[in-house]
Amino acid sequence: MAIKKFAVAAYDDENVLFPAVAKVRRSGYKIHDVYTPFAVHGLDEALGYKSTDLHIAGFIYGLCGTSTAVGFISWIYCSDWPINYGGKPHFALPAWIPITFELTVLFAAVGMTLTMCYLNQIMPGVKKHVFHPRQSDDMFVMAIELNNHTSEEAALAFLKTTGAKETSIQTAEAGWWYGRWDKKEPYEALNAGV
Amino acid sequence: MHLKYESFVREPLVDGNKTFHDVSEDIVSPIERKPGRMWYVGFFFSVILLCYGIFSVSWSVYWGLGTWGVNRTVGWGWDITNFVWWIGIGHAGTLISAILLLFRQGWRTGVNRAAEAMTIFAVMCAGQFPIWHMGRVWDGFWVLPLPNSRGPLWPNFDSPLLWDVFAISTYFTVSLLFWYSGLIPDFSLIRDRAKTKFRKMAYGIASFGWTGTAKNWQRMEALALVLAGLSTPLVLSVHTIVSFDFATSVIPGWHTTIFPPYFVAGAVFSGFAMVNTLLVITRRILHLEEYITIGHLEAMNKIIVLTGSIVGVAYLTELFISWYSQSWGEMAAFQWRIMGPYWWSYWAMMTCNVVSPQLFWVKKLRRNIPFTFVMSIVVNIGMWFERFVIIVTSTYRDWVPASWSYYSPQWPEVGFYLGTFGLFFTCYFLFAKYCPVIAIAEIKFVLKTSGDNYKRDMEKIDAMEGEEFVHLVQTHHEEEGHEVLAH
Repeated sequence: MAIKKFAVAAYDDENVLFPAVAKVRRSGYKIHDVYTPFAVHGLDEALGYKSTDLHIAGFIYGLCGTSTAVGFISWIYCSDWPINYGGKPHFALPAWIPITFELTVLFAAVGMTLTMCYLNQIMPGVKKHVFHPRQSDDMFVMAIELNNHTSEEAALAFLKTTGAKETSIQTAEAGWWYGRWDKKEPYEALNAGV
Repeated sequence: MHLKYESFVREPLVDGNKTFHDVSEDIVSPIERKPGRMWYVGFFFSVILLCYGIFSVSWSVYWGLGTWGVNRTVGWGWDITNFVWWIGIGHAGTLISAILLLFRQGWRTGVNRAAEAMTIFAVMCAGQFPIWHMGRVWDGFWVLPLPNSRGPLWPNFDSPLLWDVFAISTYFTVSLLFWYSGLIPDFSLIRDRAKTKFRKMAYGIASFGWTGTAKNWQRMEALALVLAGLSTPLVLSVHTIVSFDFATSVIPGWHTTIFPPYFVAGAVFSGFAMVNTLLVITRRILHLEEYITIGHLEAMNKIIVLTGSIVGVAYLTELFISWYSQSWGEMAAFQWRIMGPYWWSYWAMMTCNVVSPQLFWVKKLRRNIPFTFVMSIVVNIGMWFERFVIIVTSTYRDWVPASWSYYSPQWPEVGFYLGTFGLFFTCYFLFAKYCPVIAIAEIKFVLKTSGDNYKRDMEKIDAMEGEEFVHLVQTHHEEEGHEVLAH
């Protein structure tokens, strides 16, 4: 929980956004985040983000599912309660393939989705600051973090040169918190008149 | 930044001169308006049907399954017919969203959201049938491998019926996750546009606090891709396992190795038909003709004619193999299917599934909306009869001629089936009212490469000479480089 000051630029075209991101990074400003209405491919690289390891987590969850199924069924059929079905072997691996497969998929899918929610910090009841009401509609929004030594005017003037359609200075909560989306937060009063 | 070039020969996926904002407006505004009269009428009838279904099921549970027409030989009857029918319908959504994603089929974006919703509702309907077929439904948790005071005695992990429990619950869970994770960004759009307090709060919760940062999108895309990769074998496995319910038995007409691919093809066939039924109505009522274009319907009709032909080949193969096996049980089973007391169900299946879809080879008919709508219903009637033929006409004459019988459903079975229509359409009407029926973020993603207006720019580029095009690209790069270097 930290309330900070941001210079915000809104672009209406992702083809303007990419050079702008490069320019802002080169100039030494600290990009807090870029908000887009849809997945813009290549933006993560332009921002210098590493690729995600989420799929590796998914693979590990899948392995957990496989071993849970094989381990549990073989324990039941070979040790806990062996039953003779028409003289067939107790360790009947081919017959367990369907359940093993299903549990692999189930564990991988559920585990990955929950991990994605955890990493992205999304959950019912979570609230985050929205810098621009159209950032989920048709605007590509970049927020630059300001500190006590940065000049607000200079930052805004600089953002204008990158092709931004709208710019503003906003005080905002940088992280996430639990809250209702229909309620105003106390810090938002500081943005009145912006 | 779009490196993907798409020829103008391909039909645009989004018609009309749309901007990003137009897309949001067109798809979200039906949610923000009060629904029309058609919606209320449809919703009302669905709830009535649902209530009748609940009454029929309650009756069956209270008086027992003796109220049904099932007997010593036909133990599954309408109930499992409907189960397989619904689960088959539930295959199209995941096929569209997962397999077509992996095959990079751009047209899936217009229809995937509604198809996935349909999948989830169809699986919900399908799940009802095995549950209430248990009779003593209060003991239903016995199918789960829970520690218990009976030993503990575990369920039979070698039985296809238990595989079904795992397959269908996994399929439902994974489809739900896939569908909902795609809905989160679209809910955040509704939340950010919301004018009323309640809508802001409700969609704030539903959107999980999504704001669409670059890193969030990166992880969301990674998740979507892996879920697609997982769902692809999953969707094939589910109907394969359903077909094992039959194929691993020793009943003539069921004991065949052709069942898994034949069931999967049939599932895709009926699922796409159901998607067409729903989308023809949805696009009309919500005015989404520019997003769910005739091209989309035609693409699905092509899949219908392909899978319908696969199913047709499977029917003929079954007949050939029953003769080729020279097993009197097999031959008798198929002879009675064609000419026995249930001949009408076999020929209804053959006509609706094999003969009539062949009309879709004609392009004019594939692009004709009323015809598509009628065919989509005909296909699902045919697929219902397929399951009826498999279940009833393989069992009504068993190994002991003294117990041969004829099966007709009783009113609670029919009421149960109608009730699942009520459940399905109640859910679908609520979905169409409260959720974006088209994946907004995905449409915006393809808009620049496959939208109508961007296509027209592409026509100019297509007409250029090679050198002219190279010159254009070079100047474009210089301009961008110039801008970056200026600082």
